[in-house]
Amino acid sequence: MSHIPISVTVDGTTYDSEVEPRTLLVHWLREDIGRVGTVVGCDTSSCGACTVLLDGQSVKSCSVLAVQADGQSITTIQGLAEGEDNWHPVQTAFKECHGLQCGYCTPGMVLATVDLLGENPTPTEAEIREGLEGNLCRCTGYHNIVKSVQYASDLMSGGAR
Amino acid sequence: MIPVSFDYVRATSVADAVAALVAGGEDAKVLAGGQSLMPVLRLRMAAPTVVIDCSRVTEMQGITDAGDSVVIGAGTTHHEVMNNPLINEHTPLLAMATATVADPAIRHRGTLGGALAHADPAGDLPAVALALDAVMTVVGPQGSRDIPAAELFTDYFTTSMAEDEILVSIRVPKLGPGWGYHYEKFQRTAQGWAIVGVAAAVQRNNGTINQARVGLTNMGPGPVRASSVEQALTNAAATAESVAAAAQSATDGTRATSDLHAAADYREHLARVMTERAVAKAAGI
Amino acid sequence: MTDTLPDSLTTQSPMGRPLRRKEDARLLHGQTNWTDNIQLPGMLHMAILRSPMAHAHITHLDVTPALSEPHVVAAFSAKELGDLNGAVPCVWPVTDEMQAPAFPALAIDKVRHVGDCVAVVLATDRNAAFDALEAIEIDYEALPAVIDLEAALEPGATLVHDAADSPGTNECYTYHLPGTGIPYDEAKAKADVVVKRRFINQRLIPAFMEPRAVVASPMGVSNEMTVWSATQIPHILRVLLALVTGLPENSLRIIAPDVGGGFGGKLQIYREEILAVQIARHLGRPVKWTETRSENMVATHHGRGQVQDIEIAATKDGKLLGMKVNLLADMGAYLQIITPGTPLLGMFMYPGIYKMDAYDFNCVGVFTNKTPTDAYRGAGRPESTFAIERIMDELAAELNMDPMELRKKNWINHEDFPYATIAGLVYDTGNYEAATAKAIDMFDYAGLRAEQERRRASGDPVQLGIGISTFTEMCGLAPSRTLGALKYVAGGWEHCTIRMLPTGKVELITGTSPHGQGHETAWSQIAADILGIDVDDIEVVHSDTGRAPYGMDTYGSRSLAVGGQAIKKAAERLIEKARVIAAHQLECSIDDLEYAGGAFRVKGDAEKAQPLAAVAFEAFSAHNLPDGVEPTLQAESTVDPQDFSYPHGTHLAAVEVDTETGKTTLRTYVCVDDVGVQVNPMIVEGQVHGGLAQGIAQAMYEGVEYDEDGNLLTASLADYLVPSAADLPSFTTSTTETPSTTNPLGTKGVGEAGAIASTPAIINAIVDALRPMGVNDVEMPASPQRVWRTIQEAKAATA
Repeated sequence: MSHIPISVTVDGTTYDSEVEPRTLLVHWLREDIGRVGTVVGCDTSSCGACTVLLDGQSVKSCSVLAVQADGQSITTIQGLAEGEDNWHPVQTAFKECHGLQCGYCTPGMVLATVDLLGENPTPTEAEIREGLEGNLCRCTGYHNIVKSVQYASDLMSGGAR
Repeated sequence: MIPVSFDYVRATSVADAVAALVAGGEDAKVLAGGQSLMPVLRLRMAAPTVVIDCSRVTEMQGITDAGDSVVIGAGTTHHEVMNNPLINEHTPLLAMATATVADPAIRHRGTLGGALAHADPAGDLPAVALALDAVMTVVGPQGSRDIPAAELFTDYFTTSMAEDEILVSIRVPKLGPGWGYHYEKFQRTAQGWAIVGVAAAVQRNNGTINQARVGLTNMGPGPVRASSVEQALTNAAATAESVAAAAQSATDGTRATSDLHAAADYREHLARVMTERAVAKAAGI
Repeated sequence: MTDTLPDSLTTQSPMGRPLRRKEDARLLHGQTNWTDNIQLPGMLHMAILRSPMAHAHITHLDVTPALSEPHVVAAFSAKELGDLNGAVPCVWPVTDEMQAPAFPALAIDKVRHVGDCVAVVLATDRNAAFDALEAIEIDYEALPAVIDLEAALEPGATLVHDAADSPGTNECYTYHLPGTGIPYDEAKAKADVVVKRRFINQRLIPAFMEPRAVVASPMGVSNEMTVWSATQIPHILRVLLALVTGLPENSLRIIAPDVGGGFGGKLQIYREEILAVQIARHLGRPVKWTETRSENMVATHHGRGQVQDIEIAATKDGKLLGMKVNLLADMGAYLQIITPGTPLLGMFMYPGIYKMDAYDFNCVGVFTNKTPTDAYRGAGRPESTFAIERIMDELAAELNMDPMELRKKNWINHEDFPYATIAGLVYDTGNYEAATAKAIDMFDYAGLRAEQERRRASGDPVQLGIGISTFTEMCGLAPSRTLGALKYVAGGWEHCTIRMLPTGKVELITGTSPHGQGHETAWSQIAADILGIDVDDIEVVHSDTGRAPYGMDTYGSRSLAVGGQAIKKAAERLIEKARVIAAHQLECSIDDLEYAGGAFRVKGDAEKAQPLAAVAFEAFSAHNLPDGVEPTLQAESTVDPQDFSYPHGTHLAAVEVDTETGKTTLRTYVCVDDVGVQVNPMIVEGQVHGGLAQGIAQAMYEGVEYDEDGNLLTASLADYLVPSAADLPSFTTSTTETPSTTNPLGTKGVGEAGAIASTPAIINAIVDALRPMGVNDVEMPASPQRVWRTIQEAKAATA
């Protein structure tokens, strides 16, 4: 099976690559271009650990072929705010509200939150919980994740909540 | 897990996709949004030799007002369906049911056409298409033809589309004024599949239900039109009692199966309860 | 908006403060170091052929066709692996007579559960390794699968292990613990009421988010066999890998880099770790294996899996007399690291917080053709807590008493501590009254009972139920002598080394191995408090046997309760060494020095001071050390705990049950936990939340299901229902603080509390909602179908 050339912009850098058609976007990110901040958690698109933004929308990168992303732009947890000294408000909120423990679901949870708040800047608790229904966390019981999203909403909307 | 190796064709037109499908034969798979296909590939439950990606076919995109119906490109994502003003105005039941599909990230990729063509008995949208008498336009080597929803779903994960046909658009008739809608979904967890789902549209005139349309999810190999319930509701009093009575016949014509999450008898019970609730909410009772 | 945001952190002691975690910057920026990230030159990818059969003879197996597949370097079955096919060890032979069958990493002639490892392929490309598995030729001859625990013990049952030396039974062991009081039958003879129940504590899958992964490199970090593994127990793994493989222990280095959760599921030495090491050694190349989630469901050990026959005897006014426990514990197909001992970790806890005159415990371990069981969050104690807290509710119903009143009547009063329990433990402290009073107040117990009455009276299809769980647990595993008495082969101590470098920065080397618990932050707080320095000047080094050589790792809510003691003692020893140097520098007697705020000061002469960092530099330069004092400023401590600690708490749940569908909605969850002194209350609260979610999930969502042929039906996260945010509510949590007396920090443990306490609270609430309909139990998970069916059966029985 022949390799296919693709050109994908990831966290602001354009990567030209040749991929096997069956290569999952998440594997391409991790193994071909070394963006290992995005992780794999399941085989059935149930857990959301691999969530990235594809042209600004949250997608599960285990359920997208790398070839499908050709010509598109991806934001991963590593590109949300480059460098450990720069913090996206969602990252800040997750730290302040202890919205993570082991951190494995965190890349997906943070990007799902960025997407959620982009669509609904001041969600209710129920809207937050439903908005994150595709992202599993085994450590936090979600309580502090919900608080993190609420706090991020405060930070991003200037306390409009 | 890792899918088996396959070739990839990015179709740029419907004709292009059909040609690839013909060339690929029975081992070709159409990729719409991929949200059902990718897990199947990863678990190696399917081993296509070629995957034909239709996600960039512009003819399969777009939502247009066609007068007495809304025409939706098969490649329209769930997210677009949920948020589209035309759909929310003229066929809100579709938007309601679509909002319950999976989770936001999957709704960003998954498509209406993909969900219908996949014909998963636990999928939410086939029952809606059936209840609303949607008509599918499919294109194959012999050209285009229309398939009414009532004739589309033939068995588990099986439709009346030929192997070389592609679903291009879905025409959903507008029901007109006086209708209320509800999709009632029963599931074990929020992102889970429907154990039972009920799509209800009810036209009410003051104290009377003029007519109703009810489609059932996961009550058989394909979606089921609850015709007995619809008949019982025709010109029925818009009361909780008459809705409850009508809902008792929700299992007529169903072929519920047993699985990990529900045995057939429990599913049948749920179908009655969910039908009562869906119809009552749609009727504003 | 958050109630835990810190105020100024500049001057106060860091102890007891909700400091934001040091770990989070890297975790939130994706600058993480998961095992699966590792790529090494020449690395081979290992893919594993697993049995699709629960029980079968392998009648034909040929791996050679795989060798002709692209990119394949090697393939092995047990035959090719020969002596390298290491045996997976069990370190807890609970009785002398225990049946301990062979557990080869690759199955020999026979497979015993779906997921059993049969063969492996090594390829230079990960995808190619997967593809080549399909070329392996294998045929099976199916055997009947042993699934049901009682049927497994019947005479003539199919044997899971039928080797020549097998005792001819599926019984692994029988363990009997008589209580310290009168014989149970004597107590029962005095009883007015005896309540019996059979509870099924179902199998669960740990479902940590990061699948397991291992990389074994024979050239390693510094020419030793370096093993990176997503494990909770790098230190124990090192010892066991040495014993299993025969590699010298001093040539093995184990690194657990960032580890994404464990919950007991990574407290293990797994087949795949042994295979990776042995094959890497054999081929002289690095070998990597990363688990798929599909493999995880069948090959990572499961938890729980008990049939509990519980009997409790009481007087008619509700005084408990005795309790009898008969367990069948599902071992699965093989014994893993502490498979047989896991049920026994609950053995001492069935009496819970209650006083009684008699106790009798009996447990039979049973082999089945299922994935092996082992520790999962709580490990034995959730099962015991479930049994006692459920049966207390059933006894209350039998006696027509309020379940809380029954508990109050029987619990150990605050003034009774220390209290020797009927199971033979001494609970050092506790204040059940205080935690309960606080929880009741936060919960609006009276108001909810009133609402329950209204709903019952009106025949509301949605009924309200209130569930109570007043629990305690033993944690801080464990005093080594106690472990020895229980035939566990290792100790329970913990180690810490603290080193102040010449620049004043501190390395705190701990033997604990965090995988989400925030040790880097909390351990810094403990040391910073004693050393009087900034928490940010401390780097916590852990989970690498090359940098942190001594330790007993992280499980059993032990890290703070045991490891914290070692940190405290090492920090104090470091100050004592520094004091000698400082006295020399300041030309005074060590008795004239006081230490505060990171500096030694001469009493009564505030001008004469020496910062610790200056002492550290002196210890480094060694230009002017007192006679007999060695250079460098470091100290270490290895602490064996004197006893367990006993966190406790009162958990209250209110559920709404839709009696038409059987669907339960958790409306309110209130808990007050007493975990003793808290180092970081933010982390404590987070641990409680996570435990609650897992315990609630056992009650409502999760449960492993096998069919009669031993196929796992819940084989993916689409079918095994780990709840999402949308399936759980927010929790109302609080604490009381009764310091433990078994360690100098006064801490207990918190990692397992939520998971232990919450499960019975939920089931008690569901049963409470439905009791007027004649329901007196609901099996877990209380799925809508199960609740609905229970209602139908109760209706039929009362009709």
